[in-house]
Amino acid sequence: MTLAPPPSSRVQLTEDGKLRHFLSVEHLPRSLLEDILDTAASFVDVGGRAIKKVPLLRGKTVVNLFFESSTRTRSTFELAAKRLSADVLNLDIAKSATSKGETLLDTLRNLEAMAADMFVVRHQDSGAPFFIANEVTPRVAVINAGDGRHAHPTQAMLDMYTIRHYKGGFAGLRVAIVGDILHSRVARSQIHALNILGAEEVRLIGPRTLLPTDVEQLGVTVFTDMAQGLKDVDVVIMLRLQKERMDSALLPSEGEFFRLYGLNNEKLRHARPDAIVMHPGPINRGVEIASEVADGPRSVILNQVTFGIAVRMAVMSMTISGQESNPDHGGDHGR
Amino acid sequence: MRWNQAQIDSLLDGMAEALALDSGEPPPSLVGIQSGGAWVAEALNQRLPTPLPLGRLDVSFYRDDFDTRGLKRSVKPSDLPFDVDGANLVLVDDVLMTGRTIRAAMNELFDFGRPASIRLAVLFDIGHRQLPIRADICGETLALPPHQRVELAGPAPLTAEIRDIRPEE
Repeated sequence: MTLAPPPSSRVQLTEDGKLRHFLSVEHLPRSLLEDILDTAASFVDVGGRAIKKVPLLRGKTVVNLFFESSTRTRSTFELAAKRLSADVLNLDIAKSATSKGETLLDTLRNLEAMAADMFVVRHQDSGAPFFIANEVTPRVAVINAGDGRHAHPTQAMLDMYTIRHYKGGFAGLRVAIVGDILHSRVARSQIHALNILGAEEVRLIGPRTLLPTDVEQLGVTVFTDMAQGLKDVDVVIMLRLQKERMDSALLPSEGEFFRLYGLNNEKLRHARPDAIVMHPGPINRGVEIASEVADGPRSVILNQVTFGIAVRMAVMSMTISGQESNPDHGGDHGR
Repeated sequence: MRWNQAQIDSLLDGMAEALALDSGEPPPSLVGIQSGGAWVAEALNQRLPTPLPLGRLDVSFYRDDFDTRGLKRSVKPSDLPFDVDGANLVLVDDVLMTGRTIRAAMNELFDFGRPASIRLAVLFDIGHRQLPIRADICGETLALPPHQRVELAGPAPLTAEIRDIRPEE
């Protein structure tokens, strides 16, 4: 979280304030985030139709450019693009040892030569999608599918969609984000989105070693005790404990972590009786969440996946629309 | 030129009468196009002796001008609370002009199923067609110059007026 790229939110918007790239939630206006959620709502019903497809992006080419592996995010982006009738190319590019800037630029130029209309980018380095958005030829949209520890804006928006779906809105809501905040780009994007959308309180719960030092500046309340932190919250968002980091000195053991911060029914009792439990997946059962909660009645984890497709459809069509639409053309849609 | 509530009401009465004459099997279902068409469909349904199943369609994802105009803000979900397969549908819109909205609506309907028939009811037909589409039931036909449009205000009361649009874009 210390590696924030320059605040280049301007690159995301057209002159008349429409979404052109979707790289980070930070600094975006509330109305735009609400537009994304509203547009996603109309795409949710497409998934329930006889023909789960709309012709909006027919003839467009979407390239999933994954420098870091992912199953769920990539496949939901792929499904979202296909439900919009776009053609999809999936590229899993292994981490290269050569100079990253040069490699990235070369890759980009090659893909542009294939006349792609959109890059969906996941990269292990914070800021890589911003770099690509700045370098890419005009009329190509870039969506950040997760960069380093920086941001994962479509995940945050699908979480916001889920919260709004179950809670009706954000006013008065207390939301707790629990676990490995330090390594989580998801948490960072969620914090920005919740604050922009007007949640009452965003709480971070975790051990000091997994909390960034200056995190209060993001507009959150920090707790190191689960019982205190979960008291009366409406939404509990559990984060994946990034097991690959367990070797470092940040944590004593998985068992110890689960005892202190793992969500089970007993700890969940501190939250409001109608609180929902979310998780961006993949879940580590018995590490950050007990099966009794993950599979329990308060869990909306699988609904998040379903909503994720609709939210990604919304972001894809809005960014392509931001490339294509000419501000000189007014609002009069021909009859 | 303006149409007040009473004038719109009388257009709707005529349309509802024509609709009631229709005795298809199965009885038709109404599909209003967001937002003006949905208002008209609702108003027609209130005038029928037996209300018909009523759905709403937002054709934003099916428009052919996405490349030049982009996505409309605030797209509403389509809602068809009946089985489209084998249904006799009456598509309802407020204003018929180029016919492109109707084409988009028919494309969308076929993604829900295979209707037995689709007919078209509009409050105003203002000409300037660009596709081979015509209304089966029409409240009023107007001959408007290219720079003028009818705009419906609603949902209650429904009124309409002719407005100038900017010179040809």
